[in-house]
Amino acid sequence: MSGVLLSTVGIGKEFSSVPVLANVTIEILSGEILGIIGENGAGKSTLMKILSGVYTPSSGSLFFEGKPVVINEPLDAKRLGISLIPQEFNLIKELTVYDNVFLGSELRARGGLLDTRAMKRRTTELLAELGVEIPPEEKIENLSTAQKQMVEICKAVSLEAKLLIMDEPTTVLTPYEIDILFKLMRRLKASGTTIIYISHKLKEVKAICDRVMILRDGELVDTRPIADITITEMAQRMVGRELSQVFPEKNPPEAEVVIEVRGLTVPGLIEDISFQVRRGEILGLAGLVGAGRTEVAETIMGIRKRTSGEILLHGKPARIANPRDAVRSSINYLSEDRQGTGILTSFSVVQNATLVSLESYCRSILDLIDRRAEREATLGHMKRFSIKARSLETRLEFLSGGNQQKVSLAKTIDPGPSVLIADEPTRGVDVSAKQEIYRLLSALAREGLACILISSEQEEIIGMCNRVIVMKEGRAMGTLEGAGINEEEIMFLATGAGEGVR
Amino acid sequence: MEGATAGGTGVSALLKRFDYQKYSSFIALIVLFAISAALSPFFLRPGNLVNILTQVSYTAMIGLGQAFVIITAGIDLSVGSLVAFNSTVGLILLNAVMSGNGGEGLALVVGIGATLAIGFVSGLFNGFLVTRGKLAPFIVTLGTMAVFRSLALFIGDAGEITSQSQTFAAIGLANILIFPVPVWVMLLLAAVMDIILNRTRYGRYLSAVGSNSRVALFAAINVNRVKLVAYTITGVIVSISAILLATRFNAVSTSNTGVGYELDSIAAVIIGGTPITGGRGSIWGTIVGAIVLGIINNMLNLLSVSPYLQGTVKGLVIIGAVYIQRQRA
Repeated sequence: MSGVLLSTVGIGKEFSSVPVLANVTIEILSGEILGIIGENGAGKSTLMKILSGVYTPSSGSLFFEGKPVVINEPLDAKRLGISLIPQEFNLIKELTVYDNVFLGSELRARGGLLDTRAMKRRTTELLAELGVEIPPEEKIENLSTAQKQMVEICKAVSLEAKLLIMDEPTTVLTPYEIDILFKLMRRLKASGTTIIYISHKLKEVKAICDRVMILRDGELVDTRPIADITITEMAQRMVGRELSQVFPEKNPPEAEVVIEVRGLTVPGLIEDISFQVRRGEILGLAGLVGAGRTEVAETIMGIRKRTSGEILLHGKPARIANPRDAVRSSINYLSEDRQGTGILTSFSVVQNATLVSLESYCRSILDLIDRRAEREATLGHMKRFSIKARSLETRLEFLSGGNQQKVSLAKTIDPGPSVLIADEPTRGVDVSAKQEIYRLLSALAREGLACILISSEQEEIIGMCNRVIVMKEGRAMGTLEGAGINEEEIMFLATGAGEGVR
Repeated sequence: MEGATAGGTGVSALLKRFDYQKYSSFIALIVLFAISAALSPFFLRPGNLVNILTQVSYTAMIGLGQAFVIITAGIDLSVGSLVAFNSTVGLILLNAVMSGNGGEGLALVVGIGATLAIGFVSGLFNGFLVTRGKLAPFIVTLGTMAVFRSLALFIGDAGEITSQSQTFAAIGLANILIFPVPVWVMLLLAAVMDIILNRTRYGRYLSAVGSNSRVALFAAINVNRVKLVAYTITGVIVSISAILLATRFNAVSTSNTGVGYELDSIAAVIIGGTPITGGRGSIWGTIVGAIVLGIINNMLNLLSVSPYLQGTVKGLVIIGAVYIQRQRA
């Protein structure tokens, strides 16, 4: 660690005269891993977008390697050696790994044609340097999420990035993959690359970072060496108040079985999945990414066609061929893919919140929407979930990820379902919003909801669920209950470490 | 309401928040109107203004259906051919009943009824291919555009069909208050379509499907039915327009009627502020878009610019309108 790589002096940013970042002065040291934490809307993403040229600051100045610089567009940042690895990857799925690594800076042979051989060779070298085993000719669409991320990092390294900004890199990774990522980050650091690491997962920040900066409401509230701060302190500084216990107390489920699934099978995806969920129960589906948990949810919703198996509601077989049937049977699904299948970014808060339940807001044979009823219901959700939006008419594209997630959840529970399948309900959501979502799920369960919780976060599964089914490669590996729900057991089943032993 | 929370800096803040994109077509209309009034003394004559409205009413109506289809992120290229096809069939049946001593009343009912029925079925057919057949709307309607025109030419022997009913012609030429019938029909349809789009469940679903059909599917919306209905509505509106157009000349030309209507209707929708990518749209904007095109034509006529150049101006205006929308988005 020597010297300052990048510094900002009094950086501020306003959107239509609303300040989202105010007077931020930071110094990023050469060769460090700097953690930046803060709640949704604290200004982390805005600051990173300024550093990578997506936004231009409203005030303040930037210095790179001691010299004042102006970063007006992403290309300027690229020239300086600043690379941003966004949450949503910028990879072209139809192209190969090496095509993507060299996208925009292709190597050419004489005559202007692409020099595929050189690109392939260089990609192989880079991947080897990073210690990742991905064939360079593979198409991106055939890669796992973790592998895609490695390709993104490889792309940044190929540009000889001096500063690598990683925005929530671990949200989509399994613990094993996170380990690999951390090893890679340490290797990059050893070779002199500076890394900014943005995350909601404080444990990871504590594990990997050298220093941590905390943003709250657009201002820098603290910067400290990681050794001098505990995880609890980090959370408190972020939120600005004492945090009470994260998970609410578990309610004992009632006797009545609401939904039962018997022998659910979709060839190649899930096999012979059976379970029951009772009133007031939260059943967890745990497992690694790709274990088939989302597929179970999508099959119950009628999005995927099952070849065998049945779904019973209150003991009676339910005919579910599409999501409409499922919603009519009072089963609702909070999808894991917020942007792709959860919310409409061009729709307002109200329009999203009532999208599933719109029929119940319609009057007369003309199906006219009762706008007042719609607004009142949405207002109720906004209060209950503490959704931060300028107004009910604000389009979702202007909301932070956490608030979008809350609207998505509001949309899912507005019809008053008796079964809720919540798929990664807290993905990309900050600590206090997470707590709110946990409380809400718990409260709904207490009111009699049967809930299926799919999550890749062990703590969430352990803290929330009455019972847990662990899946691997489309099969249920075992069911855990009570004190049996712990990290070791879940990992044991999820990785198949016990196979052949038992 | 919102202005207060932002810590109002008065008029400038208000101007900043004014949704230009939403009203850009209205602003364009006012500007164009003012320029036209300044350039030609004939422009402001009531006769001329009514004439502009009448001329644009046929494509403006079709534009309303087109807007629904475009909001679902689709497109309907077959509307122009369909105008010719269903009015050809309608007039042939009308004449057949007349010459078969069926009486004029019955002839009108059969002729108009058949035209509407064919529009309904044709729209349904387009919608069916798009939804069940899972084909791209552009391809489907490019195909049916050729099919409908060819059927019209075949049935009508590539000629012109004149209606034998004088009452039929009276419908299209009649004036109610100051406006002729087609203008009233256009306004009425626009009012109804505007309510459907902005006030009803179907309208909300229409935008949802166009905005992101996966989200709509997950939200328990019958995506296919929403699309099917949009194409069918378009087919029926095309029939209404076709009937009114046929009454205007009391005849239909199998080769010329409706030529270029697909482009005019799409242009009206786009100029009116509906993005070609769908997800939202404006009904009254579409009417304004059609009128803008009408005024441009009218002005070029009044200024005796060669009619061959009118296409150039129209094309540039369409490109310009989309360019401006891009900048604001």
